[in-house]
Amino acid sequence: MKKLNSKVSYKKIILPIAIIVVCFILGLIFPSLVYLFAAAGAYGTALMLGTLGEIITEKSGNMNLGVEGIMYMGGIFGLIAPNMYEMSVGEGNASPFLAIVFAILSAFAIGAFAGLLFSFITVTLRANQNVTGLAMTTFGTGVAKFVGELRRHKVGGYVTVSNDLKAAFDNKFMPDFLKRIPVIGRVLFDQSIFFYLSILLAIAVFLFLTKTKKGLYLRAVGESPVTADAAGINITLYKYLATIIGGGVSAIGGMVYTMTTAGCVWIEASLAGTGWLAVALVIFCSWHPIQATWSSVLFGALMIMYLRIIVPFFPQELYKILPYVVTVIVLVITSTRNIKDKQPPASLGVNYFREDR
Amino acid sequence: MADNVKVPIIKLAKRESMDPKLIWAIRVGSIIFAFIIGMIPLLMAGANPFTSYGIIISGSLSKKLYIQQTVKRAIPLLGCALAIAPCFKMKFWNIGAEGQITMGAIFASAIAIWSGTAIPRPILILLMLIAGVIGGAIWGFIPGFFKAKFNTNETLFTLMMNYIAIGIVRYLQGGPWEGRPGTQIIPMFAKNARLPNLFGIYIGWVIVLIMVVLVHIYMNFTKQGYEVAVIGDSLNTARYAGMNVGWIMMRTMLISGGIAGCVGWMLVSGANGTLNSDVAGGVGFTSITVAWLSQLNCFAMILIASILAIIGKGSGTLQTRLNVPSSVAEIISGVLLFCMLGCEFFINYRMSINFKQMGTNIKYFFSFQWIHKSAKKEAK
Amino acid sequence: MQNNCAIELKDIRKTFGSVVANDGVNLQINKGEILCLLGENGSGKTTLMNMLSGIYQPDSGVILKDGVPISIRSPKDSFAYGIGMIHQHYHLVDVFTAAQNIVLGLDEKLDLAKVNDKVKEICDKYGFDVDPKMKIYDMSVSQKQTIEIVKTLYRGAEILILDEPTAVLTPQETDKLFAVLRNMKDDGKAIILITHKLAEVLDVSDKVAILRKGKYIGTVNTKESTAQSLTDMMVGHAVTLNIDRPLCENKKERLRLENVTVFDNEGVKKLDGVSFDMKTGEILGVAGVAGSGQKELLEAITGLYPIKEGSIKFIDDAGTEKELVGKTPRQIREIGVGMGFVPEDRLGMGLVGSMGMTNNMMLRSWKKGKSIFVNRKSPEELAKNVWKELDVVTPSTAFPVRRMSGGNIQKVLVGREIAASPPVLLTAYAVRGLDINTSYAIYNLLTEQKMNGAAVMYVGEELDVLLELCDRILVLCGGKVSGVVDARRITKEEIGFMMTTVGGKNGR
Repeated sequence: MKKLNSKVSYKKIILPIAIIVVCFILGLIFPSLVYLFAAAGAYGTALMLGTLGEIITEKSGNMNLGVEGIMYMGGIFGLIAPNMYEMSVGEGNASPFLAIVFAILSAFAIGAFAGLLFSFITVTLRANQNVTGLAMTTFGTGVAKFVGELRRHKVGGYVTVSNDLKAAFDNKFMPDFLKRIPVIGRVLFDQSIFFYLSILLAIAVFLFLTKTKKGLYLRAVGESPVTADAAGINITLYKYLATIIGGGVSAIGGMVYTMTTAGCVWIEASLAGTGWLAVALVIFCSWHPIQATWSSVLFGALMIMYLRIIVPFFPQELYKILPYVVTVIVLVITSTRNIKDKQPPASLGVNYFREDR
Repeated sequence: MADNVKVPIIKLAKRESMDPKLIWAIRVGSIIFAFIIGMIPLLMAGANPFTSYGIIISGSLSKKLYIQQTVKRAIPLLGCALAIAPCFKMKFWNIGAEGQITMGAIFASAIAIWSGTAIPRPILILLMLIAGVIGGAIWGFIPGFFKAKFNTNETLFTLMMNYIAIGIVRYLQGGPWEGRPGTQIIPMFAKNARLPNLFGIYIGWVIVLIMVVLVHIYMNFTKQGYEVAVIGDSLNTARYAGMNVGWIMMRTMLISGGIAGCVGWMLVSGANGTLNSDVAGGVGFTSITVAWLSQLNCFAMILIASILAIIGKGSGTLQTRLNVPSSVAEIISGVLLFCMLGCEFFINYRMSINFKQMGTNIKYFFSFQWIHKSAKKEAK
Repeated sequence: MQNNCAIELKDIRKTFGSVVANDGVNLQINKGEILCLLGENGSGKTTLMNMLSGIYQPDSGVILKDGVPISIRSPKDSFAYGIGMIHQHYHLVDVFTAAQNIVLGLDEKLDLAKVNDKVKEICDKYGFDVDPKMKIYDMSVSQKQTIEIVKTLYRGAEILILDEPTAVLTPQETDKLFAVLRNMKDDGKAIILITHKLAEVLDVSDKVAILRKGKYIGTVNTKESTAQSLTDMMVGHAVTLNIDRPLCENKKERLRLENVTVFDNEGVKKLDGVSFDMKTGEILGVAGVAGSGQKELLEAITGLYPIKEGSIKFIDDAGTEKELVGKTPRQIREIGVGMGFVPEDRLGMGLVGSMGMTNNMMLRSWKKGKSIFVNRKSPEELAKNVWKELDVVTPSTAFPVRRMSGGNIQKVLVGREIAASPPVLLTAYAVRGLDINTSYAIYNLLTEQKMNGAAVMYVGEELDVLLELCDRILVLCGGKVSGVVDARRITKEEIGFMMTTVGGKNGR
């Protein structure tokens, strides 16, 4: 029996190690790849949070297609909070730590509100999840643009924060000697605090889903609400909470985007598509939070590849659509596979009515 | 002991039938409710909501020019809502109308650009129409094909196709079709590639009105429309009835994409006179609101598309007059959709509120006995 | 005596809209006792038990435990009062292990190692065989049922309610289950068994409570009753089925299956070398434990299920043979083979729930004619006919069938399928959920079709009906043909045996 177990884990360990070794060698040969992935960490973090949020939501069986709108709102609310805080205490007096906390809290709050709204309409009022998600996208992008514009009128110019705070948000705080490790150093240690927080969150979500009772219950709700209901689990509560927390986490992703990749400036159009990519990534990583980490960074790399790896005679505008083409291919490939443990939560997108059973 | 017997405050029961008048009253009520919610952002922007709604209406309907511009906005919205209606009826969540419009526009523009002035106007316009329909149809067919064959998630697929189509336009704009080098602009088409006007608006409005009737007939009176409706209800039933589900899905996406492509053609040939990456400009998304708010009823779409066009156009005026960001239009259309989705609940379910029990619960809450009880529990 | 009473229901009433599901029900069950709740389909057994398990609340009446009135507001309350219910449809999460399913909803800390130990302990005590680490999707039906029972015992249930537990089991598995139930009874548990199989009632129970159309009829001791007396109480008058079964002369072979084998998505063999024929002027019954391949057989014949190998030939009046394997339902119709099919899943397969009767009638005729437009006139007439002749209760022919009651939905479906007078008529559980009068109406309709020269297949669950309605009976066992027998000569026991052993006596 023990031998069998070790055989399984052997397979499980050897494959990732082989991949890491190959990547390492590739990185040594092509330094531009290292720069690419180091830079992809920032955008990848935003994607990762968006994806993690949606994984939490979808585990409850709610499919919130409004991630795009939620990340938009997170993007602006996460910027406005430090902006207001800085303006109220005066430039130079702002504590970077508090600014970051405010940014996170504010983005989370708006995302949680969106999750609450989504749950109310789909769980309590039992509306179609697909259309509600699309409405959330329209609503969220609308709110974000509106609030951003209002704030712009108020401050008279770009909504942004001081250079000190900008540096604080994008601070790559890991010690230099770690950054100097070949290949790995740049990719893993030359990242902002949000990168590490997101990875910690991914691990936390993974542990929560697999090791805790509440995580087990949440999965049960998403897999088979009838069963969960019969077991006395409060379906409504779990769906609401998961969607609210999921929305909040996704919104933080929007905040991370504005505060790192976009350089703490609100530019409406630049976030477009991120939320949708996050939804696609959930499928790509088959609802697994740990897989969400590396796949987000991979997609982050795809998004900025046109800047880093120049392909001669290939028009840049066509290069830019590469991630979307890859997404399409990924969608097709994932739809053809048939592994029992890699399927979406069985009740995904279907509302549960107790009296219908 | 009797204390412990809790009675639910709200009881739900499925309605077996409902007066149609009441149904419409609920729907209209929910729209009014949405506009009341819509006052919140207006107030936030420091504008008087009633004045603002007044400006929205006067800014879109008070002058002939305004009306023309509003109608111009409504045309693609209505056309595109018609395009996605069969998909949504089939529960195929096509949110790629944006890309299908864009692709139709690209194909139509290709004909206009390559032919120059060589072909007489009616023939050229017709050729552009055909090209546009084909372009949109291809773009719709691809996700339809994969949905039918592998059950690939159509929502994300169609969406990604939007970005790809827009990317292609960006490439054409800055590359092969660029006018003056460095402008990133495709020059205006020659006169013979442009749609004629009727009553000061390009003839597209007549075309979409004809399309309303055609799509209505298609969805309600043809065999294909019946097939779409059956598939939307249950795939197994469709198979049982001998329908070729995969083909019907692909065909519906061809038709849907084709209609969207036709809208793209109208936009380049009529509204804009040229192609740019913003040709669809969010129409593909807003039209989802139009289609759903009208419950996939083609004639109701005329009304809803007009309302959204009025809000869209009027919010532009609102921005210049009162400095209220025009994105308030998106917020209102999102809220409208939320309310419309939510109100179906009240149409399908009867809710009875047990006020007596609610009173008891409130009394209980304010008696603060529960504090002692929970304290006891803790102690245990 | 009072101490011995596990739970008592007094004057329970429950309504759904205008339908009275339970009225004036009084029930008492003692510890260490097996009570059977007997009643026909739709007599309100499940509704009553759902009130004990906290899914519904009674409109009026009291539930007493140890002489004290209790209110069961949720499944959780129900566990707390020591009530455990095993539903007909198992409440298990497929991707979880047995242990994970067992602890679902419990207040204790999640410690799977401990759970495994405790599960083993329970299993040893009552004689179950369970691997707590096995995933549900790898389990057989009876294993899943075992998990359900262990789940309730794990929660310390003193009162177990089992909703038709034997419907999906083979007799061997049933015997095993009953042995376990007797063990539990000896341990002082109170067990309520919902069933409508009289033999089982007489075999295992101590007391029988009978419901008829939602009303409580009475409780009797099993020892003092016979199958006949119970049936009398259940249906109100003695049932001699007396289904009219005229003999049709001049039978001709209409459909011939040879060696048909099918696999499902997961690669499990669902039909294994099935060969038989259907004749005109004959009702061929299909008997078998639930899930023996009935659904797959019907869907394979109608072109809805992919066939791995074998052939299905349709023989028309002129004697020409037409191969049906590899054809879609539409192609089958196009080559001139008319087939009526009443599937088991009415709203999921046979009807469009959101549409009215007229549009549902169209489901068979929509393709007719060259016009691109649908013809609604004749379906409308047909709808009106079915409405009138089968007494369908509906406000109009446009009223969505989803909102009708189960029996009416079935009438619409059967009415449509028979209307076309197809040469081959396949029905799956055509009378499930129908009251007796309607059932007889349907039997007559099927017989009428037979006399008109149709080849009729009747997949049923009640052996009595099969024996009196059909001319021949095909017995399926685990996807294999166990035998085709003459319904006029065979006994119920023989069929029962064939359902569990391929070939029956000869197979041994």
